[in-house]
Amino acid sequence: MIERDQVLHVAKLARLRLSEEEVERMVGELSGILEHVDRIGNLDLEGDEPTSHVVALENVLRADEPWQSLPRDVALASAPEPSEGAFRVPSPQAE
Amino acid sequence: MADILDLSVLEAHEAKIAGDLSPREHVDAWFEAAGNDELNAYLWRNDRGAEAAAIEPKEDWNAPIAVKDIFTTEGVPTTAASRILEGYRPPYSSTAVQKLLEAGLPILGKTNMDEFAMGSSNENSAYGPVLNPWDRTRVPGGSSGGSAAAVAGGLAPWAIGTDTGGSIRQPAAFCGIVGLKPTYGSISRYGMIAFASSLDQCGPLTRTVSDAAMLLAMLQGRDPLDSTSVGIEGGVSLPDRENLAGLRFGVPAELARDAVDAGVREVFERTLEKIEALGGEVVEVSLPNAEHGISAYYVIAPAEASSNLARYDGVRYGMRAGGDGDLIEMYETTRSEGFGAEVKRRIMLGTYALSSGYYEAYYGQAQKVRTRIAEDFSGAFSAVDFVVTPTAPSVAFKLGEKTDDPLAMYLNDFFTVPMSLAGIPAISIPAGLAEPEGGGPQLPVGFQIAAPAFAEQKLLDAAFALEQGIGFDARPTAGGGADA
Repeated sequence: MIERDQVLHVAKLARLRLSEEEVERMVGELSGILEHVDRIGNLDLEGDEPTSHVVALENVLRADEPWQSLPRDVALASAPEPSEGAFRVPSPQAE
Repeated sequence: MADILDLSVLEAHEAKIAGDLSPREHVDAWFEAAGNDELNAYLWRNDRGAEAAAIEPKEDWNAPIAVKDIFTTEGVPTTAASRILEGYRPPYSSTAVQKLLEAGLPILGKTNMDEFAMGSSNENSAYGPVLNPWDRTRVPGGSSGGSAAAVAGGLAPWAIGTDTGGSIRQPAAFCGIVGLKPTYGSISRYGMIAFASSLDQCGPLTRTVSDAAMLLAMLQGRDPLDSTSVGIEGGVSLPDRENLAGLRFGVPAELARDAVDAGVREVFERTLEKIEALGGEVVEVSLPNAEHGISAYYVIAPAEASSNLARYDGVRYGMRAGGDGDLIEMYETTRSEGFGAEVKRRIMLGTYALSSGYYEAYYGQAQKVRTRIAEDFSGAFSAVDFVVTPTAPSVAFKLGEKTDDPLAMYLNDFFTVPMSLAGIPAISIPAGLAEPEGGGPQLPVGFQIAAPAFAEQKLLDAAFALEQGIGFDARPTAGGGADA
């Protein structure tokens, strides 16, 4: 159903690092779930419309007026490493 | 007068109006009761000191409430039961919490749940499972298990939770209380930590149908901060229907065939007879696509979750780990250490379903099944007023019973997921007690009633009449077990 290589690829896309044990478990569990889910794969739904939202709403717009926003210090208060009014992160380039 | 803690919120309200109960006495009794949490129902309890100053209502005359830890609450810990949000104190409150405070409800605390609302047993909390007050060796259901256990276990008079595929209704059923999932769009989702945005909906967990109506009336309404919120036209008032004359209740032929425990089936059949005794008509309806609900749900919900949970990256809030390497390493270490097993599983499932080459086969197909299920309900509602099912196929199961088998856990949502996919309102009310498969003390069974979109008033009125007819008055005893 789903192979080890696919699990590793998907984990990379999802920014998850899985332990060897987690990879093994994920292969089995995801395969079992997908086998169940695959029942809908065989349904003939040609011509059926997809539903992404159940309530009929279109172009919900608010008035274009200034609205309160969080002060910078409040927005930064929960950050692991605030610095000089910004969010500090490690360098994207490995050293 | 009866013990304060035995009163429903409406009864307490009436006692206050009659002058038999002071609002202060009522609030104090509940804050004291919440302090005796042996069920691990609360993740944070309000000591009404400096820490909780930001969530003190201006006037605290109303019945206090327990709030699922998925609602951002200014200045107090909000974790969604995840390690990745440990220590997070949001700078603002969700609209739902804001409305409770404006209505004068003090907040008793934040309740335990499955991490990010992903689960049907509350065993996926990073802070330990909640115990079922009826039998402490069993789960309270999930994901709003802390809220349900608090209300059933005498730790809160009422609570709010969220329901994505059954997360209010199933724990309400397992704990012997009332749980209402309103129509998608009835209540603002602003500040409700997102799991699957096209399905998530806030709702009440209460002792009685009347209390659920009171809470819904407070919470519902359009919110400029949630563009998908519309509110319930005409509002919601206290239900007062005395019988079910002239109402038609549809039992789905397809769902009835599937595996339901004997005890649950017996209570369900007895409740159908009660509906007829109250003047209602019970007929068979057809929901041919409902059996594909689980398959569609376990594509759509994880897909949306994988996108929503991308925000937890150790940059703006919550925990950070692995800050010594490069940026990608920090993201991966933070997420790998911060998320629990079930959350990782769903992120993986959702990322896979949305990945290049699989999108149409999984997500596209699931969205079409969703249309079919919504059409099934529309068809049924042309012939009946309500669709009824057991809320869950079993009574509360044992702690650890399904933790090694994710698919078995997912199948517990069989009866609740179709209504979520269709976006329609559904309520679970306690209908009786049944012995679990394999024996043991009797446990509550929930009866689910679903109605067309935004027909909450009609739903509450019928649920109220049935609730009065059933007269369920069993309560868990202090050590677990029924006291009928």
